[in-house]
Amino acid sequence: MTLTRHLRVDGPNHDDRLDLMAQGVLGQPLNRLEGPLKVTGRATYAAEARPRNMAYGVLVQATVPAGKVLEIGDAPGALAVIQDKRMVRYAAQGMDEKGPTSGPDRIEYMGQSIALVVAESFEAARHAAQNIAVRYKSEDVPVLPDAVAPELPPKKQSAVGDVDKAMRDAAVTLDQVWHTPSQMSAAMEPHAAIAEWDGDQVTIRAALQMLSSNRKQMADALGIKEKNLRLLAPYVGGGFGSKLGINAEAVAAAIAAKQLGRPVMVAMTRQQVFDLAHRRSETRQRIRLALDGDGRLTGIGHDVLVSNLPSSEFTEPVAQATPFTYQAAQRQVVHAVARIHRGCAGSVRAPGEAVGVTVFECAMDELAEAAGIDPVELRLRNIPDVEPTTERPFSSHMLAEALQEGARLFGWSGRKSVGQRVEGEWMIGMGMAAAVRVNMLIESRARVTLLQDGHAIVETDMTDIGTGTYTILGQLAAEMLGLPAERVEVRLGDTDFPPASGSGGSFGAASSGNSVYLACEEIRSQIATVMGCNEADLTLQDGVARAGNVSRPLSELITGQVTADGHLQPGKTEKSHRQATWGSHWAEVAVNRWTGEVRVRRMMGVFACGRVLNEKTARSQCLGGMSFGIGIALTEAMEHDPRDGHAVSRDLAEYHVPTHADVPALEVHFLPERDAYVGPLQAKGLGELGICGAGAAVLNAIHNACGVRVRDLPATPDKIIAGLGG
Amino acid sequence: MREFTYLRANSVADVPAGATIIAGGTNLLDLMKLEVMAPDALVDITRLDLNRIEPHEGGLRIGALVRNSDLAADPVVRRDYPVLSRALLAGASGQLRNMATTGGNLMQRTRCPYFYDRRMACNKRDPGTGCAAQGGVTRHHAILGASDRCIATYPGDMAVALLALDAVVQIDGPAPREVPLADFHLLPGETPHVETVLKPGEVITGVTLPAPVGGEQRYRKVRDRASYAFALVSIAAVIRMEQGQISHAALAFGGVAAKPWRDGDAEAVLLGREPSDALFAQAADILLKPARAFGDHAFKIPLLRRTLMATLRDATGLEATA
Repeated sequence: MTLTRHLRVDGPNHDDRLDLMAQGVLGQPLNRLEGPLKVTGRATYAAEARPRNMAYGVLVQATVPAGKVLEIGDAPGALAVIQDKRMVRYAAQGMDEKGPTSGPDRIEYMGQSIALVVAESFEAARHAAQNIAVRYKSEDVPVLPDAVAPELPPKKQSAVGDVDKAMRDAAVTLDQVWHTPSQMSAAMEPHAAIAEWDGDQVTIRAALQMLSSNRKQMADALGIKEKNLRLLAPYVGGGFGSKLGINAEAVAAAIAAKQLGRPVMVAMTRQQVFDLAHRRSETRQRIRLALDGDGRLTGIGHDVLVSNLPSSEFTEPVAQATPFTYQAAQRQVVHAVARIHRGCAGSVRAPGEAVGVTVFECAMDELAEAAGIDPVELRLRNIPDVEPTTERPFSSHMLAEALQEGARLFGWSGRKSVGQRVEGEWMIGMGMAAAVRVNMLIESRARVTLLQDGHAIVETDMTDIGTGTYTILGQLAAEMLGLPAERVEVRLGDTDFPPASGSGGSFGAASSGNSVYLACEEIRSQIATVMGCNEADLTLQDGVARAGNVSRPLSELITGQVTADGHLQPGKTEKSHRQATWGSHWAEVAVNRWTGEVRVRRMMGVFACGRVLNEKTARSQCLGGMSFGIGIALTEAMEHDPRDGHAVSRDLAEYHVPTHADVPALEVHFLPERDAYVGPLQAKGLGELGICGAGAAVLNAIHNACGVRVRDLPATPDKIIAGLGG
Repeated sequence: MREFTYLRANSVADVPAGATIIAGGTNLLDLMKLEVMAPDALVDITRLDLNRIEPHEGGLRIGALVRNSDLAADPVVRRDYPVLSRALLAGASGQLRNMATTGGNLMQRTRCPYFYDRRMACNKRDPGTGCAAQGGVTRHHAILGASDRCIATYPGDMAVALLALDAVVQIDGPAPREVPLADFHLLPGETPHVETVLKPGEVITGVTLPAPVGGEQRYRKVRDRASYAFALVSIAAVIRMEQGQISHAALAFGGVAAKPWRDGDAEAVLLGREPSDALFAQAADILLKPARAFGDHAFKIPLLRRTLMATLRDATGLEATA
């Protein structure tokens, strides 16, 4: 019988157990376990399996922005043209328990999937899908956020006191409007699935981030029982939110494979990814800040307009961190949603804070300038002691340390006033911003088996989307069980394993990590029993158990194997404490005085995320976040046609994620921290913190360099020269 | 992708009149996958002996199959025609430059997103269907030489430098001929689908450069990210000074028209004059007099002016006065 150790995180965990372990492998900058497989092409991604007799499907896409499909013609040379009412119009949102909206004959946006063509080759299927005749009854629909009267979902509005009055009474105010464009996840691996049936059992290899909820979504979409569905995603080539929920390709693959009685692969083309994966909504953000004569905020207003399809519940939570980042007695968040017919909006790297904190931190920079206060000092003066409004304590709070340490490390005191530093054609400036991201724990399970020969196996349906999950879960088990890291095998991405949190919202490492910790704790208890000691008194190191002056190899203590499950549930600390991660961003940029080109010359982030599980993979997460912060500030914009809303930039040549040439050598520093309210790991989410506010440091540095405030992102050369004049 | 016949040419004479030529394929294959181009037959010319860079009448002859990366790295090119090397290295990515050829690069198609999207009307792709770009997203579109049929731009960098170097295109076929690069690409007019003077059955065999003129050579490309992006505007400049006066001025512009753009009047005004901001502004005025833009790409007019001023200051060593 496999024992399960449960933990609901209802209270603090101050015992720092992991610091008392003896193996010394946790936190070390180990290389990614699966790295060699990936760089030698041996890691099979979703579209790389080749089951015998596989057919190829390509999605047929609507060429009108809204309406109804009346008739779909034949596809000469194809095996089948499949229209099935179970096929879905867009992706499920992260953690949905139901499948996304089905019924592909109803069109909600240009490019929506309306059918599937299956053929003997990908090329033939694509040709047929691109040329199939479709008759529509098309409808005129709004595609511009300003073209409709927005909804104001009651639960998403909040107000305390009177911001208008605070603005009237303030010594210094700031009232400006920013715009950010739609953004795309742009993962390297396009979405793909291979479905294969065996009787009423279907196995789907897919590019997915959260298998346990994906399984629920897929079973619901297909109308089958979950137990008849196995999902495999051992390697995922980046997600950035776009693979949180199942999408049209995986549902269509399963339907087609059943109908044809043979395995079917459906892979999106790069252009289809831009049409069909969730976009981050464009945002319009009005920020109002009221400051008293002592540099303390008295009022904060954050009015947000985002968009989504009429049938989708998700709305970009732009102001998510606004209620607790800075203190002010009068505060208001207005969250408006324009129901328009662009592609479905959903989670894209750090939904909410990525654009919300970025804009807010630009506003803080403008306010600091208007008040004549150093931007670091303005933030330090406005850090709340407890969460404003709710008066909940923070689980931990490292913003002040991150600001002070960052200022010191970056040489902030050397910053010149606006426009004072010039090197030839280039104007040089420095900028900074705070980083903040909400922290979440998600229910997660894992199984750990310790074998007599001194190896261990970790199994969970957790995914590794390029973040390092394989490596950190292996390190955790190695630390807890006293084994060298290479003695632990980690198996992920298979719904036959215990259901985990999945990868999303930065919660994957801490959530799945805690479950591995718990399973290992159970195994340690069983070893302690054999050793005749308390688990707390047991030391495991290099395959040897020690308690007091007794020392025995594990091979003597275990017969065959010991298996245990760990089960982590979030609990009362979710409500009792405001949980967040904190940091600071610093940038030095050069702005060309003639062409308006911006080059980031130096960039640094200081972050506190609780325990760091692997210095290298943690740092890599921050490098990625900061790079995408440069993208938000300078390069990324998913343009929509103003007439029909379609995505105009649909490949990686036209959708500009930052290249190496855009990203200087980035510097990352972690502040030592243990957060007691987030489970025994004392670790918090990190994946998204690096992007939250990063772009603001760049934009604020642009202002310091040349005096231009770009409030319509990204800050491309045209917008800089418009501000430079002359 | 539509099915097609693949042929391999062993000599120029092997190239059938109706076939589409493939060399590096860096643009053509993308277009074929999208069926923006759907040739019945491809003829692969990569076996032809056209991959040499050799002396030619005091200048240089560049074979049509010389790869962009090899051309950029060629020591003679780097010494005598540095603007060409710089332009090449400002384009595409290392992987693409390893495949892309000199002849193919001249033949690359526009990056107008409406041309690439078969749902959209496009006179260049499907003559007579209209131009969906007008009224759409036009950040990359033309400010010079456009017509109401088409506002697309030629996207390349190499050809802009070649134009400033007075390159000549060598063409083989039923009647071998040489065409100055300035006359090779065509403005859209009423027939935006006709992009060059190349006729069916003709093959670009090489590009020749006249004897080097020396001087200061610059390639300045302004784009939406630091690498792997098409030019918003680009300028190839070859400027020679004698006794404080400009004695040679060749200026070619990318990202602004359906062809690499050159304006003899804007160059002529510089000749025999001492560099000054006023003089450069005069050249910019002449260049931009015919410029037209509406909507998203209107910024290209001030951006081109500023970039030209900066490039001329840089090439003439004029200290900024502004």
